[in-house]
Amino acid sequence: MKKLNIEARTDNLREVLGFVDVLLEERECGMKPQMQIDIAVEEIFVNIAHYAYGDKVGNARITVDFEGDPLSVVISFADSGMPYDPLAKEDPDITLSAKERPIGGLGIYMVKKSMDEVIYEHKNGENIFTLKKRIH
Amino acid sequence: MTINKNLEGEKLTIVLEGRLDTTTAPELETELKTALNGVTSLVFDLKALEYISSAGLRVLLSAQKTMNKQGEMTITGANETIMEIFDVTGFVDILNIE
Repeated sequence: MKKLNIEARTDNLREVLGFVDVLLEERECGMKPQMQIDIAVEEIFVNIAHYAYGDKVGNARITVDFEGDPLSVVISFADSGMPYDPLAKEDPDITLSAKERPIGGLGIYMVKKSMDEVIYEHKNGENIFTLKKRIH
Repeated sequence: MTINKNLEGEKLTIVLEGRLDTTTAPELETELKTALNGVTSLVFDLKALEYISSAGLRVLLSAQKTMNKQGEMTITGANETIMEIFDVTGFVDILNIE
């Protein structure tokens, strides 16, 4: 299991994606799952950066692990900011026209749709968001 | 990300290259604020776009909203993975994709 403890700021996004991508590439992750995983990692990390700590800056702890055959990646994000369950949000209505469609609200929906499993827990004062995705 | 613009009369073609994500989407948003003045036909050429996250989708949706008022907008060249993202998010029904 690999860990990255990093300040949750959007300008650290590249570093976070780099950390995840190297590990995925080592396991010869397909291009399509890798892109879907990158999108999910971006959404979750940026959410933490924007909302978890209000105006302050705090840390995010990201762990990456692999399990099973066929191989899946398990990535979890922990922060000690305010409790927030992104999965509690209602899915956007994707049948609306451009005019009716609110700008935004798509991120977590994309994560739910593209990952095999998403779990939110609040444990020991931390938000822990875990995603799982087959990579082969 | 690289943004290339080509304006012919009232037709603006924007070629996006690289990644349209949380860090680069604001660049495009700023660009569009002034670039769409007087444009009646907007084309996004996505041939060289490798990645789009929800931050990028937000900018495309907001461009679509602007263009609905003043003309039309078309997307060309999106690769298979990006098409799937448009599909999952219902953008295939909102955007005019060639």
